[in-house]
Amino acid sequence: MSLQVVTANRLDDGLVVFLTADGGWSENIDQSRIADGKEAGDALLAEASVPELDTVIVGPYLIEVEQQDGGLVPTKYREVLRTKGPSVRQDLGYQAG
Amino acid sequence: MYRYDDFDRQLVLERTEQFREQVKRRLSGDITEDQFRPLRLMNGVYLQLHAYMLRVAVPYGTLRADQLRQLGYIARRYDKGYGHFTTRQNIQYNWPKLAEIPDALLDLAKVEMHAIQTSGNCIRNTTTDQYAGAAADEIEDPRPYCELIRQWSTFHPEFTYLPRKFKIAVTGSPNDRAAVKVHDIGLRMHQNDAGEVGFEVIVGGGLGRTPFVGKTVRDFISKNDLFSYLEAILRVYNRFGRRDNKYKARIKILVHEIGVEEMQRLVEEEWAQIKDGSLRVDDAEIAHYIEQFAPPAFETLSDDDAEFERRKAENREFANWVRSNVIAHKQPGYAIANVSLKPIGGIPGDATDTQMELVADLSEQYSFGDVRVTHEQNLVLPHVKKADLFSLWAELKNANLATANLGYVTDIISCPGLDYCALATARSIPLSQRISERFSDLDRQHDIGELKIKISGCINACGHHHVGHIGILGLDKRGKEFYQITLGGDASENAEIGKIAGAGFSEAEVVDAIESLVTKYLGIRETGERFIDTYRRVGMDPFKEVLYGDR
Amino acid sequence: MAIVKNDSVIDQEWVTLDAEADLPSGEENIIVPLARFKEERETLIGRNGGLGVQLNPGDAPEDLANDLDRLSIITVNFPAYTDGRGYSYARVLRERLGFKGELRAIGDVLRDQILYMHRCGFDAYELKNDDDVSLTKVRAALKEMTVYYQPTGDGRATAASLRERRRAALKSAS
Repeated sequence: MSLQVVTANRLDDGLVVFLTADGGWSENIDQSRIADGKEAGDALLAEASVPELDTVIVGPYLIEVEQQDGGLVPTKYREVLRTKGPSVRQDLGYQAG
Repeated sequence: MYRYDDFDRQLVLERTEQFREQVKRRLSGDITEDQFRPLRLMNGVYLQLHAYMLRVAVPYGTLRADQLRQLGYIARRYDKGYGHFTTRQNIQYNWPKLAEIPDALLDLAKVEMHAIQTSGNCIRNTTTDQYAGAAADEIEDPRPYCELIRQWSTFHPEFTYLPRKFKIAVTGSPNDRAAVKVHDIGLRMHQNDAGEVGFEVIVGGGLGRTPFVGKTVRDFISKNDLFSYLEAILRVYNRFGRRDNKYKARIKILVHEIGVEEMQRLVEEEWAQIKDGSLRVDDAEIAHYIEQFAPPAFETLSDDDAEFERRKAENREFANWVRSNVIAHKQPGYAIANVSLKPIGGIPGDATDTQMELVADLSEQYSFGDVRVTHEQNLVLPHVKKADLFSLWAELKNANLATANLGYVTDIISCPGLDYCALATARSIPLSQRISERFSDLDRQHDIGELKIKISGCINACGHHHVGHIGILGLDKRGKEFYQITLGGDASENAEIGKIAGAGFSEAEVVDAIESLVTKYLGIRETGERFIDTYRRVGMDPFKEVLYGDR
Repeated sequence: MAIVKNDSVIDQEWVTLDAEADLPSGEENIIVPLARFKEERETLIGRNGGLGVQLNPGDAPEDLANDLDRLSIITVNFPAYTDGRGYSYARVLRERLGFKGELRAIGDVLRDQILYMHRCGFDAYELKNDDDVSLTKVRAALKEMTVYYQPTGDGRATAASLRERRRAALKSAS
């Protein structure tokens, strides 16, 4: 079972964001809209790639996630880092709260 | 140092305005990201893992105090209070907002700085010896020529859409501290038989996926002819460099595929057409630039300073710092002081805004307002009186900038890696921290001697691992970070690409692996041999044995 | 689509034929790709009607050295604006071979490259926008930078030459 969400960087400040259920963009991965399976994933990415969003976000792509402790966690370490911040500066990025 | 005149200032301001308009058009949707991307790259703006990254140029690694101070201000005002000095003598900020970058560029323009062409498929920052104008072993200060190259290459209308990035480095010393042999064009100043100083032109060096040591295309080109010659090389590259494959587009691939003789032929043929044209620089203009880099008002001093000797005798910590971080100066009574950005367990090359401002202040007090950035991610105060070294050291120590490890095993060069970079396959900084901590004992470090460890978090090799005495390449194996070790690399005039030792190591294993290499070296070295010397004498096998013997 | 030359929008007076298209029987102005020009040179230069050649990336402008007087126009194609070979072709044509006709940039021609194109010798630009937008873009582009470090054949004074002039003036004034 492959769960995916769409992530991108926000155009104006470059921060990591995730596509939400209502078509918005959140900094919190737990608010992502989840796509189950390849077809749903492709459709989700297509939605995130429309030209109108070119002034909102940059470079949307799909990532695999797992459900853990009531939240979503990416399966790839690189994507985990994107939800947190640099591992060597716990005082920076989303992990700094 | 070079001071902008109104032409230089106008150019940078116009560029800042141009980029402000481009950002506006991007934010309003007038241009797409695909159209905007090369434009923002040519203004040093990357999009990285967590945020944008702004790479500010430090032309040939030379800064004035007010410029370094402003870099500290930029870190505070537009970023999160720190910056990162890179392997190309530039500085990177990791958290700027796109909409604010034009203002940051304006603040940089106020101190004659910019982010022009620090990315993109154009000619990048020309780098040089961090001890230029100070080193005792220098033939001539390379910086006047670096400044002329900077101007020639800035907004060059013909060479702004090259097949790929283009990097030039210049050395004015036979001891090459600028790694010229692993650049697209390396220029080595030397004297010909007539006693004239000119440049050996080396083309096609580079690291990354396919590392090469550059090849000499011309033994000697005069100062007057240098720029037309560079133009000839760039035109040949622009016309014939591959554009079908991003990973085969550097000039090193062209040289490799057509051979150095054919490259020479093409360049000489092109050069013959343009050598007597408007790119020829006359002696008067060269003299004008040399004058811009005239030495500061040195005092006439004896090279012996009793106070300095006394301090060394009395203070072991100071003596250690002098031993590793202080280099001989051409002017009697003066010295070159290296400011380490490699505290034990720290992030290599990072400096806080406060540290930058402090070093700026110290440079005014002790070094004629002159600061350098090295491609090994440290800073330099190039003109310090021996009599002032102790006070300087005391102040650096307070700010955690006096680690006595220049060139030692904890003076690690590391790219930002997966913690910051969207291209990375593994983290590099934590590994450098663990290695640094493992070897923290200074006496042990001194005993080991010069050992350059360079770590890259991916195959693009921004950490220059190919030319580390020990190089480490971070890769991804089935979702886990793992590290490949290379040995025998060298960035100096004896340039070598390191050889892969064998299978990679996990994060848990690699620090032990490094330690076993060091232990082996200590066990078999002969008097006076650095790690790299021993490696050259005995080869890979003894080291392979300790890494993999029982595997 | 609009063609901007010398600060105005001009009509498209040229038909570009590809490798296979038949040559028109009349006196139309035609542009052919370089490869075709080399193959059918005699026929082409024997025609009445204007003649131009299109250069694509990978072509050698030197191949036209002996025929530049016969060409009223050379178009240089930028299939992707990131392919910068056309800038070198333009400089070779203008500065080395002395081409005096119209040098027109076609293909992926965007506002942000126009000043560089101009400095390399282009004098006409085919943009994908309508007349007004195209003209505005070209005018804006050509005004963006007024200081130039490198000499090209465009006649613009470089910073170096202006500095020399200034030094000479100061010297004679003193």
